[in-house]
Order: sequence, then structure tokens, then C-alpha cells
Amino acid sequence: MGKRVAKEVSIAVADAVAQCRVDVISAYPITPQTHIVEHLAELVNNGELDAEYIPVESEHAAMSACIGAAAAGARTFTSTSSQGLLFMYENLPIASAFRLPIVMVIANRSISAPISIWNDHSDVMTTRDFGWIQTFAENGQEAVDLVYHAYRVAEKCLLPVAVNLDGFIVTHVVEPIEMLDQELVDKYLPPLKMKYKLDPKKPITMGAIGVPEIYTEAKKALDEAVKASYKMVVQAWKEFEKISGRRYQPVETYRMEDAEVAMVIMGSLAETACNAVDELRAKGKKVGLIRFRLWRPFPMQDFLKAIGRVKALCVVDRAVSHASTGGPVGIEVRSALYQSNKRPRVVNFIAGLSGRDVTKDDFIELFERTFEAISKKPKFSYEIYGVKE
Amino acid sequence: MPKDQGLMSWKELAPGMYILEPGNSAKFKTGDWRSHRPVLDKEKCIKCGQCYLLCPEPAYEPNEEGYYICNLYYCKGCGICAAICPKGAITMVLEEA
Repeated sequence: MGKRVAKEVSIAVADAVAQCRVDVISAYPITPQTHIVEHLAELVNNGELDAEYIPVESEHAAMSACIGAAAAGARTFTSTSSQGLLFMYENLPIASAFRLPIVMVIANRSISAPISIWNDHSDVMTTRDFGWIQTFAENGQEAVDLVYHAYRVAEKCLLPVAVNLDGFIVTHVVEPIEMLDQELVDKYLPPLKMKYKLDPKKPITMGAIGVPEIYTEAKKALDEAVKASYKMVVQAWKEFEKISGRRYQPVETYRMEDAEVAMVIMGSLAETACNAVDELRAKGKKVGLIRFRLWRPFPMQDFLKAIGRVKALCVVDRAVSHASTGGPVGIEVRSALYQSNKRPRVVNFIAGLSGRDVTKDDFIELFERTFEAISKKPKFSYEIYGVKE
Repeated sequence: MPKDQGLMSWKELAPGMYILEPGNSAKFKTGDWRSHRPVLDKEKCIKCGQCYLLCPEPAYEPNEEGYYICNLYYCKGCGICAAICPKGAITMVLEEA
């Protein structure tokens, strides 16, 4: 077992990427991702990491370079936030369609306008349909562990993986973090060997036109690959538990035994919400919490199992899907329930936009309003919480 | 993906829809959306080969007599050959539906 050392999470994440022995890093700095790529640049510059660092002119180029490098068989890394992710946009579905095992850390930040450097999930939610595997970290230790896991999964499934961590709230916090020993990382991540890659000695074509006779089949093949990646995501966490002693699963539950109302949430706000659960439990209220660690592929069965027999779900979204039927998580949860026989009341709040604090007391209020909704159906399909009227 | 063989199950596709066989674009039929086709007048042709050199597809190939013949399997009917022919030996003729 390694030793727990206090580290800024961004630095720890960069160190984990270096331990994964990446060949190519291609990134453009943007707050709050900056410390991650700065530290990697430093490691390469100091000769501590034998990798190619490409200081590209934009995020569009960052993802393009990762696609090219991965297509040639390199282990690649990039990281971005907010507008940077949006600037990569057109290349993201190409990475997955080409089945390239690129790993990207997204330091989640609001999207403009108004311009904001603070945290919510509005950046990554725009990319949820692209066939990237997406995981969400709650804290620094989990962020680091999800990086190791991302490479394992990406290279087994031949799909890109986005690891999401809340900008500032997670990225800039100093936490005691246990890094894996290098020899364990090497065991977990054998050198990347791609069956098909760009090789002048054995030419293949990537990115051929998808005429109407074949495009649908190509999309079906990718869809099946992303669905099938679920097994490997879980398997890779089991393997990780063996070497680290830390256990991860697609859906995390907290005090869900006999719960009547459960909060559904992603990312670091879950830690605050757990405190609200404890306080309400101490008063005899039957509340629990469900957190998605895996967002794509959507862990439908884990979720349906996790909710047990709750009467109501309080889904807290960190992004707005304007004039739709809910926040992205709310929409997903309602859709999953509709395909099952379970019919708890779903109350969907959008909270914590652009880093606005959501305190323990806020979560208690959201729980209380969800209790009220059991007997009285809310008049809204989603509500932006905490708006100053 | 050779269009002539396009009726393929998703299970048979290589990952990422890669094409594993080099040079297979020769199998791709590009001559089925043409509105005009080139017709050569051998009386006027001086076998200079400019049509062969400038065809973007390239659809022209020399035959045994030294004439350059357009392969209509590939010809998209762009008309470049007719436009550059120094002797006006190539005429674009409307394809009948």
C-alpha cells in the first residue's frame, strides 16, 4: 500500500497520468484545468516523464492531435474545461467513432454566457450522447483512481473516456491522497497494443465516408460497443480493488436501507448532501443518497436496484436543459423509471450553477420539499433552485 | 466501404468502420449520379492524353490502339475532359433517365 500524502488534486491527477506512462499529451490551458496540464508540462520538461507534450494552439487542435496520436497507437491524454470542451466539440464524436482509447480529464466549469470560471456540469452534459465513457469523481482520491481506471477501460474497450471532476471544488483542493505504487500501475496497465492503427507498413483507412448504405450500421456497431463497455468498466474497478483495496461501483449509495426519499446527484456536492442525510437520519427521517459515478454507459440496472422502494427521488442537476422536461440527470432518471415498474415521485431541482454554494441546509430543504411532493404532485417538471426573485 | 458491397451487417464491420484492405476505392462505383457522359470522336482525337491526365476521378485509361477511353463505372460527368480537349473531340451528352 502506498502512503497518503497531502497534494493538490490537480497535481495528483497529473502525477497519475504520468504514472500511466502516457506517450502524448496535447492540451491548451484553461481555468480550472490549468494546473493539471502545467504539471504534466513540467514533468516532461524536467525529463521525469518520457512523453511528447504538444502545446497546441487550441482545444480543437488538442483533440485532433490526440486523435492522430491515438490512431498511430500512442497512449494519449488531454484535459479541458467549459469553452475548451465546446471548442473540441466536433472532434469528440470522431474519437469515439474511431474507437480510440483517449483519456480526457474535464475540470467541470459552467459554459458562457455569462462568462464564468466556476463549477457546474453544463460543459460535459453537452457531450453525453457522443459514445464517450463518462465517470464523475466526488473527491481527489476518487479523481486519481478514476484516471488509472480510465486508461484500463479505454484500452480494453477501445473507447475514449472522460473523467469529470468539479472545477476548483475538487481540482484545487489539497487532500491526503494515496497514489498507487508504480509497479502496480504497470501491472494494471500493460503497454498499449492496438490491433489496428495507422502504420505505413500495413495501411488501413480511418474516417472513410459513411454512405447511407453503411452509416446506420456504423452507428449501431458503436452503440453496441459503448453498451458492452459497462462490463469492462465494472471489471476494471474489481481489478483495481485487488491492487488498491479501494472499492468502486457504477452507482454509489449512502444510507439507502429502508429509505423513503433518496437524493440523486453527481460529483462533489454529494459529500455535502451526505451531511444532510446524516442530520435528517438523526431526526428519524428515512432519507438516503444515490450518486452516479458512471454516467455513460448509463448504469440502468444499478440505479433501479439502488432506489429500492423509495417513494420519491430528489434529483439534483448541475446543468440546465432549457425548456425541456428536466435537467439532464432528471430526464435520464425519469426515462429509466418509465422502462421499469417502479414509479416513485421524481422531483427535479437544478442547483449549484456556476459554483453557487449548495449548503447542507439547502439539501435539507430539498429533502423536505421532496417529502411534501409524495402526497402533493409538484406543478413543475423541474425547478431552478435558489433563484433570487 | 465499397458501395457495390454495401449491404453489410453491423457485426461484420471492422471496429471504427476502418477499411482494412488498401486500395479498395477502385471498387467504389462513382459513376451512378452523372447527368452527362463524355463521348469521344476518334476522328478528331490526337491521343494527346490530356483527358487521361486531368480527369479528377481518374476514369480515363488508354486502350490498345492508344485512345483514352472513359470508364463510366467511375465517371461523374464533370466535363473537365470535354473542356480541356484541344481538338474538341469530347462532347458531353445528356444521360437518358
